[in-house]
Amino acid sequence: MSVLEQPPPKAEDDVGHHDHHHVKEPFWRRYIFSQDHKVIGLQYAFTAMFFLLFGFCLMILMRWQLAWPGKAVPIIGGLLGETNAPGGIILPEFYNQLGAMHGTIMVFLAIVPLAVGAFGNYIVPLQIGAPDMAFPKLNMASYWCYFLGGVIMLASFFAPGGAANSGWTSYPPLSTIATQGQTWWLAGMVFLITSSLLGSINFIVTIFQLRAKGLSFMRLPFFVHSQLVTSFLLLLAFPPLEAAAIFQFFDRVFNTSFFRPSGLVISGEVLEVAGGGSPLLWQHLFWFLAHPEVYVLILPALGIVAEVIANNTRKPLWGYKSMVYSLIVLGFLSFVVWAHHMFLTGMGTTISAFFQTTTMIISIPSVVILSALFISLWGGSIRFTTPMLFALAFLPMFGIGGLTGLPLGLSPTDIHLHDTYYVIGHFHYVVAPGTIFAMFAGIYYWFPKITGRKMSDFLGKLHFWPSFIFINGIFMPMFIVGLAGVSRRLWDGGQEYSHAQPVLQWNAFMSICAFGLLISQIPFIFNLFWSIKKGKKVDSNPWQATTLEWAAAPSPPVGHGNFTEDPVVYRGPYEYSAPGAPDGYLAQNVPGKEG
Amino acid sequence: MEIPYTVEPQPETGLYNAKLGIWLFLASEVMLFGALFSSYILLRTGDPGFMTIPHDVAEALGLHGEAHRWSDELSVPLAFVNTLVLIFSSITIVMSWASLRLKEFGKFRFWLGLTILCALGFMGIKAIEYSTKFAHHLYPETSNFLGIYFTLTGLHGLHVVGGLIVLVYLWGPGSKMWKTAPQRFINRVETVGLYWHFVDLVWIFLFPTIYLL
Repeated sequence: MSVLEQPPPKAEDDVGHHDHHHVKEPFWRRYIFSQDHKVIGLQYAFTAMFFLLFGFCLMILMRWQLAWPGKAVPIIGGLLGETNAPGGIILPEFYNQLGAMHGTIMVFLAIVPLAVGAFGNYIVPLQIGAPDMAFPKLNMASYWCYFLGGVIMLASFFAPGGAANSGWTSYPPLSTIATQGQTWWLAGMVFLITSSLLGSINFIVTIFQLRAKGLSFMRLPFFVHSQLVTSFLLLLAFPPLEAAAIFQFFDRVFNTSFFRPSGLVISGEVLEVAGGGSPLLWQHLFWFLAHPEVYVLILPALGIVAEVIANNTRKPLWGYKSMVYSLIVLGFLSFVVWAHHMFLTGMGTTISAFFQTTTMIISIPSVVILSALFISLWGGSIRFTTPMLFALAFLPMFGIGGLTGLPLGLSPTDIHLHDTYYVIGHFHYVVAPGTIFAMFAGIYYWFPKITGRKMSDFLGKLHFWPSFIFINGIFMPMFIVGLAGVSRRLWDGGQEYSHAQPVLQWNAFMSICAFGLLISQIPFIFNLFWSIKKGKKVDSNPWQATTLEWAAAPSPPVGHGNFTEDPVVYRGPYEYSAPGAPDGYLAQNVPGKEG
Repeated sequence: MEIPYTVEPQPETGLYNAKLGIWLFLASEVMLFGALFSSYILLRTGDPGFMTIPHDVAEALGLHGEAHRWSDELSVPLAFVNTLVLIFSSITIVMSWASLRLKEFGKFRFWLGLTILCALGFMGIKAIEYSTKFAHHLYPETSNFLGIYFTLTGLHGLHVVGGLIVLVYLWGPGSKMWKTAPQRFINRVETVGLYWHFVDLVWIFLFPTIYLL
């Protein structure tokens, strides 16, 4: 695992640290079973980035199949195994596995761990002036639960019948009769849920208990607020999925009928179970998690973008308070919109009316935050650094993702668009050029914090521009294909359907863009590893930022303990362009006029 | 490096870290059992035959005549005894915590020991209940009512076992901390006590909704 090859974050800095009784721990305690939030953050980061690439590669296979169905996958086709892809030609059963696992891996193993586990772990304690997370041991346990969950998910590809193949949503009754991989999926999910439970408790306690002196809630950087709300969502939304997973596990292993209605017919035979269950129950429990989960994906991204934008426009965020309140409203409302994923299930017009109303209401705080970020650009002397490019690209991309969601939130239009490529286009705009771009912004932005070196700007731009063009080339045509009514789950991309014929040519275009996107990541991967050793050395606060992680702590950070002396906070997080300030900005920990 | 507020309360929140942590954990537990109970309600109201034992199964169980309900197969007296046992254990765990605060370690051990015995007793009675069901060929797959019964009481039992492990640890090897860091040890007992009350509370909801209604 790449985590283990990571060079130590400057171990020698422990020397001279106030904590003299600190005994040098053996290698495995420091870098493998570490309890330091920074090391755990990096473990999360590298594991999550591995899964991000892995999930992306699953999608590349799918894109090949969609563009050229029935043609052998070039180069690696022979490695996929005779049961999955005889002669390199992907079988429908294997395609279903790829689809289900792409979704699962991207959501639960890549983006959430990267956004929360990695960025949250590394940055939050530094930004609030804490020596570590409140529960370092739980933090370690949280990472290893995640790791085990990931291993189980990967191993499930080798289970008889392959990995889970009922979609990332695992709808019953299909999932209750699917091959063994589905049971592995459920087991993996239990570990991932445990991991996020431990993590979210830790974040909330840390933010409530360990803030530096003077750091009141309305002086917290927006990123910390976003992590706090995210943690509450994880804490309260995941347990119902755990309940659902337990029920489905019982259905599969102990042959119960929680999700199986009476008289279920499989391949012409009535299934021998007690019956009386409700497939709809799973959907309710699943989406009760999975809708807040959407906000788990997007809120930390908004937090990162807010930090980067304030720093690079050199002015305070516009409407910081409204952004914070919107965030909290967003958190609450995200618990009452879940059934807009289920308009087509026949749950009734009254319930649909309720959920489409709440869905329309939740767009208000989202728009408030996005507008505030846009307005923050106004009149700023913008520095077009690499992190800023990604943050700027995030704004319209997230905007497109959000606005295309409105027709899906209204049940009349959703009837046409449900389960088409339009949906895929919509949520990928939110998550891929949205959240993932924000993650890139965060990596370029905080890299000097972690290593004391900057990533190459040239390679950064070589990463940004092609990625930006190709990613739109993948997802924009999906709206066209979706509006034509092509289903999202077709193995052949719609070749057999007459209504799909006019839009079929887009399949190859989208696939070529996907391959282009894969190639565009090479400069990033190279840049990331090259800059650890060879990047340009910079001082502690290269971006001239105001928040504590830059202003009060050396970069790269000292070992356990973070701060050489306990920081005291005198003002809000974004005092850029402060009148009379020596360098044009006032860091949070600099004594003087209270802001 | 020392993490602040592991022992003394944080002035703003008035809680030490672990106490806030356990409350948050219990909030997530409320969501877990909330989902389980909601599912029970939805399955029960969604299926008119949920409570009724099908005729052939009733015959096999030796039940004749009128329609029989699944809940009649459960033993209310045993569950009632278990309810008393758990409520009593809630009292004893508070007594053990109070004794510690009065610096009476011997009494603490006595009351905590009693709590452990209650937990063991509860699990023993649970085992008798389960084995009677299995002896009558009543399994989770037999009907959704039994499925709910086994899943909900099983998960609750798992929580009891989890608590039991921590209680035994605090009674035995963990109690050494009383000598080295007494306040921290008191906090630990308080924290596990909060959890224990929650486990009791779940049972207090389980008993009427599954056995009586």
